[in-house]
Amino acid sequence: MTAGTTEEALDLLFHALADTTRRDILRRSGRGELSVSRLAEDYPMSFAAVQKHVAVLERAGLVTKERRGREQLVRTDPDAVQRARQALDRLERAWRGRVERMSHLLAEDPELKGEQGA
Amino acid sequence: MTVTSVDSDLDTRTLTVIADFAAPPDRVWQLWADPRRLERWWGPPTYPATVEDHDLTPGGDVTYFMTGPEGDVHRGWWRITAVDPPKSLEFVDGFANDDGTPNTELPTTDIHMRLTDHDGGTRMELRSVYDSREQMEQVMSMGMAEGLRESIGQIDALLAGAG
Repeated sequence: MTAGTTEEALDLLFHALADTTRRDILRRSGRGELSVSRLAEDYPMSFAAVQKHVAVLERAGLVTKERRGREQLVRTDPDAVQRARQALDRLERAWRGRVERMSHLLAEDPELKGEQGA
Repeated sequence: MTVTSVDSDLDTRTLTVIADFAAPPDRVWQLWADPRRLERWWGPPTYPATVEDHDLTPGGDVTYFMTGPEGDVHRGWWRITAVDPPKSLEFVDGFANDDGTPNTELPTTDIHMRLTDHDGGTRMELRSVYDSREQMEQVMSMGMAEGLRESIGQIDALLAGAG
């Protein structure tokens, strides 16, 4: 349980990552060499639709846009992807702890062990 | 080791935990169904949980708060979406405001829990998915079916009697 702003940022992150096209854009933009129009050439959708996907990624902090001449180059922010990863890791640690406590409870509570008959 | 496997998938924002316990399913179920037992494992030792409402029926709510080392209080809630004692439980887990009302600004987690007989004990499979805000709003409106909640409330009484 952390500050609201962090959770909200996380919500944007996961929402952004939940789409196949957006994940593909992330993979392709690692080196920051592709423009929105260049990215759009490879998807069966309009330029506007791809632009919208990039905007969702940008809002989540997953990519940044950099103007070069008449083009806008898209670059993935690896730290943002890492933050989403860490959120899942926190959830994993929480559940590992819970399972361990459940196991202890079952061991120490004879009624829960079922030895006294159900 | 109790935890048999953990798998997390970033693309689908899903965590899958498989754990084996040396106790029959109905006993493991009690850890979820009995609020006094639930509060002994839900929160970490430094943030023990206190369960207030505990209505394990479809549309029903579980409300709880966790108390931190500085006396800081963090409230949370579950909204039950499906329940089949002592085999499965599905619910949405979310944050609550200080007054106990669900915090609609924060993301929720969708949890599917299943218990099966395994090697004379119980296997618990737990799938936990970080939800988008849109899905949460759906769940909130769904839970307002108070009438349904009343009529299915008897299941809880049955379960308490069997424990």
